[in-house]
Amino acid sequence: MFNPFTTHHSSDMNWALNNPNPEGKEPRTTTQSSDFYHLSAKDSPQKSRKIDFWRSGLMGFAKMQHSVAVKMNNGNNNDQVGNKKGSTFIQEHRALLPKGLILWTIIVGFISRGIYQWMDDTSKVRREEVLVSMCDQRARMLQDQFSVSVNHVHALAILVSTFHYHKNPSAIDQGTFADYTARTAFERPLLSGVAYAEKVVNAEREMFESQHNWVIKTMDTGEPSPVRDEYAPVIFSQDSVSYLESLDMMSGEEDRENILRARETGKAVLTSPFRLLASHHLGVVLTFPVYKASLPRNPTVQERIAATAGYLGGAFDVESLVENLLGQLAGNQAIVVHVYDITNASDPLVMYGNQDEEGDTSLYHESKLDFGDPFRKHKMICRYLQKAPIPLNVLTTVPLFFAIGFLVGYILYGAAVHIVKVEDDFHEMQELKVRAEAADVAKSQFLATVSHEIRTPMNGILGMLAMLLDTELSSTQRDYAQTAQVCGKALIALINEVLDRAKIEAGKLELESVPFDIRSILDDVLSLFSEESRNKGIELAVFVSDKVPEIVKGDSGRFRQIIINLVGNSVKFTEKGHIFVKVHLAEQSKDGAESKPALNGGVASEDITAASKPSSYNTLSGYEAADGRNSWDSFKHLVSSEELLTSSEFDASSNVRLMVSIEDTGIGIPLTAQGRVFMPFMQADSSTSRTYGGTGIGLSISKCLVELMRGQISFVSRPRVGSTFWFTAVFERCDKFSLKKPTVENLPSSFRGMRAIVVDAKPVRAAVTRYHMKRLGISVDVMTSLRTAVSTASGRNGSPLPSGTTKLDMILVEKDSWISTEDIDAEIRQMNSRTNGNVHRKTPKLALFATNITNSEFDRAKSAGFADTVIMKPLRASMIGACLQQVLELRKARQQHPEGSSPATLKSLLTGKKILVVDDNMVNRRVAAGALKKFGAEVVCAESGQVALGLLQIPHSFDACFMDIQMPQMDGFEATRQIRMMEKEAKEKTKLEWHLPILAMTADVIHATYEECLKSGMDGYVSKPFEEENLYKSVAKSFKANPISDSSCSQS
Amino acid sequence: MDAHVAQLQMQYRNYILSLYQQGFLDDQFTELKSLQDDGSPDFVAEVLSLFFDDCVKLVGNMARALDQTGTVDFCQVGANVHQLKGSSSSVGAKRVKGLCINFKELCEAKNYEGCVRCLQQVDIEYKTLKAKLQDMFNLEKQIVQAGGIVPQVDIN
Repeated sequence: MFNPFTTHHSSDMNWALNNPNPEGKEPRTTTQSSDFYHLSAKDSPQKSRKIDFWRSGLMGFAKMQHSVAVKMNNGNNNDQVGNKKGSTFIQEHRALLPKGLILWTIIVGFISRGIYQWMDDTSKVRREEVLVSMCDQRARMLQDQFSVSVNHVHALAILVSTFHYHKNPSAIDQGTFADYTARTAFERPLLSGVAYAEKVVNAEREMFESQHNWVIKTMDTGEPSPVRDEYAPVIFSQDSVSYLESLDMMSGEEDRENILRARETGKAVLTSPFRLLASHHLGVVLTFPVYKASLPRNPTVQERIAATAGYLGGAFDVESLVENLLGQLAGNQAIVVHVYDITNASDPLVMYGNQDEEGDTSLYHESKLDFGDPFRKHKMICRYLQKAPIPLNVLTTVPLFFAIGFLVGYILYGAAVHIVKVEDDFHEMQELKVRAEAADVAKSQFLATVSHEIRTPMNGILGMLAMLLDTELSSTQRDYAQTAQVCGKALIALINEVLDRAKIEAGKLELESVPFDIRSILDDVLSLFSEESRNKGIELAVFVSDKVPEIVKGDSGRFRQIIINLVGNSVKFTEKGHIFVKVHLAEQSKDGAESKPALNGGVASEDITAASKPSSYNTLSGYEAADGRNSWDSFKHLVSSEELLTSSEFDASSNVRLMVSIEDTGIGIPLTAQGRVFMPFMQADSSTSRTYGGTGIGLSISKCLVELMRGQISFVSRPRVGSTFWFTAVFERCDKFSLKKPTVENLPSSFRGMRAIVVDAKPVRAAVTRYHMKRLGISVDVMTSLRTAVSTASGRNGSPLPSGTTKLDMILVEKDSWISTEDIDAEIRQMNSRTNGNVHRKTPKLALFATNITNSEFDRAKSAGFADTVIMKPLRASMIGACLQQVLELRKARQQHPEGSSPATLKSLLTGKKILVVDDNMVNRRVAAGALKKFGAEVVCAESGQVALGLLQIPHSFDACFMDIQMPQMDGFEATRQIRMMEKEAKEKTKLEWHLPILAMTADVIHATYEECLKSGMDGYVSKPFEEENLYKSVAKSFKANPISDSSCSQS
Repeated sequence: MDAHVAQLQMQYRNYILSLYQQGFLDDQFTELKSLQDDGSPDFVAEVLSLFFDDCVKLVGNMARALDQTGTVDFCQVGANVHQLKGSSSSVGAKRVKGLCINFKELCEAKNYEGCVRCLQQVDIEYKTLKAKLQDMFNLEKQIVQAGGIVPQVDIN
């Protein structure tokens, strides 16, 4: 269970939780705390290790432990339930899967076997059919041939009866017969020879023998025949069987039976097969009776015997016959044919066929043969020569079927196994997910609690530090304490961020819904970063579309937080170029993108296109931006569509979706890091945090907040070009008057109706300026060239302003435009003097916009006539207002009140006060003194800082001091610092609070000077030469802040 | 009598306007005049005399500084110009002030020629102004002597 990772964390956490033994970096804590997790993560050591990370920390929080434990258990229960519910049929029967596969294989085997059998049977049947048909065919043919031969013998018998018996004398002798039979032998190819034997009874033997000159011999011995009843000696024979002559056919047992049977039936009669003498072939002897006289119809046996004259016999060469026959037929090689004489059923006699040649004994066919002899029975048996081969199609089909069947089964099995595996994995993942989520929730809760717990003591520490700083400390001690305080504050800020993040994740963060002014929020944010951006020399600008309602309802603090975060990031990572914050309705961006180029016609855009240089980008500062959306090309759609559509359509829905984009030209985000930008604690890379600091939590909080505001956050970034972050947020529309307390700044309304020319070659920047001026109620014409502006203003070329009016209150010049225009200073001066000379014509006041300005540039500006004011960027409506007020408002006020009520109030404020005026310039001193005296003040003058210091040695009786800044030897800042130091010393000595209000007198009107004044300990400043309004304001402010009566009391 | 006064007043008004129109004076002068009341009846004159004394002194200083051939202390000249600029802007001597702004620039650029030329211009300018204002005071005096009151001139 123990791993170093765990230990490390547990010790850390326990330290944070006031573990009494912080050195106890032993696994002991781990083992102690592991019990709890065993409740839920018993079975999986791997998983529990993951949770180990948080586990030890959790131990400190008994409360949370409970809730988390419950949650974890719940999760597990759910999981199990889910397991059961989610399991499928396959899942449940997983054990049967291999059995199923075997069963399937067996079934497939059986089916294959069945198919084999079926196919085999089919082929057998076919084979049999073939055999039957072949056998029958052979038998029929054999029969036919045989009967043809028999018929020929029959015909020969008739021939003999006709020409031997019916002719007298006989027409046939042996020679004739032999000749005839030889010549007609072609008709009897199967008969090796024919012979005719005459019926000779014993009584006639003598006569017969003498007649023929030979004795009747027996067949087997060739000896003269013994005496018998009857003889059948061969008298005619074919040459091939001439050896038969004189042989008694009746001497052989079988021949005798044959002869008897033949003469009884009158039909051809066959012998049983025997080896023929000549050819040694198996053969049968055919015997045919020859009758002397014509027989009556249906003669009886007796009549037949009586009528018998002789017998014609022939040897049938059955073997040759069958051989011939088979030779004529196709397929004779394939089958084996046997012909049997089965007259004696128990002992069939082979007539044809090699007994050795068995052939395929399994299959045979018998065909009956009828050779015309009713006594004799014959049959033919056919067999295949070879055993039936297994047919090729069976050989291929069956294994193929089996293979396919088996494969299908295996595939199904594999799929099922896979499904089971995937489902198992899925359930496992689900379980892990639940655990991980629970751990995440636990982590968030832990963070929230820890942060909260840390905050309480931290606040104590900070409070104590603040109190410590109020006590008397040596400078070193003070330094230490202050450092501690700064660190503490930074820590608190960090903790707050973490807390935010954790709160959001734990779903505890709720958004407020209060009305607020977006524009002033943005101005506030801008002012936060103005110092930094000015130091870096980057342009910082904000633009809010007119369509965005003035007041919306939402969480202003969180909105501000997001913007501060994003802008802060941008400022952090941008070294040159600009940062541009743009707010518009989310719907508007679509409009802008879709609007036709025709929409943005008009003078302004023409000027702009003429002025845009191809070398620089049309962005705020001219640097390339990552996202093209803020470049002028698309921005002008926004501006122009705004002009056309302002208030023409007012969305009736109660919600308004704002899109805020923050564009910078900083270092950008490396492509590899872009994916994890919104992940907590992730920065572009670890070197980033080393170079720029920060925890990397800000963006993830912003993302969460934006999501809480029902918006989205995203960005486009190109390394070394810049990033553009944008987010949308949904706010409620809100009545303008529902904002009860006035916003921080109330823009002065005294500028309404004024006209101004803004000289700026960069259209985006000009649009931003115009936006701020518009908020002040000043209508603006943008010109790209200072020269045109000057000539327009001085009316030299007589051309009216683009807007058609000639009234012009001020010309606001961008520093770039001024610097880049050569030799314009003289013209400006000229214009100034000329217009000033003409009292009927109003002087357009000149003001310069600058991000940063060097001293020499500033002096040049002053000499060129921009002495009126230099407005430092970033622009804010309130600041422009304040600056312009210095230039314009006073004169106006004076016009409105020639005698003025303000002098009266100023008088009431200054009457009886003793004021020290410090100025090296005698004239100035006198004028200031005169002015102050006029309001009833008692004035003492000092011509240098040293003199003033002398006069202001404590205790003194002065109520206020007006201090010139630029003085030889000791300037106003230094003098003030010394005065303040004296006051501090006096306080330490006398325990009396001294604070003399010191007001700077300066001709400089830039903001920076004012800040310098405050830094050196002054309370305010009045511009030189004295103007009542200005004087009153400053005096009233500083006197209010430091009531003079108090100081005078303390002094008396 | 009244007609005379009225005429004088008219003349005075026109004269003042011309001073403004020709750029001798600016708003600050008006401001200065507004500071003059019964409590300090000669405030303007007093300040102006201070101013012109200052001018004499400063121009003299500068002339001396610029006279030194070889090493001209432009810093010192600059300081003087600054003084003069402050004074002139306090009294509303617009032309002098304008010249001073130029002068200061030249001074910083250490442009000797320009400085000398400018100094001469300043010298002429303040003297011209002095004469003009002398005339103005004379007119005022005449009006007062004639029993009239010096009119407020609204330059706008």
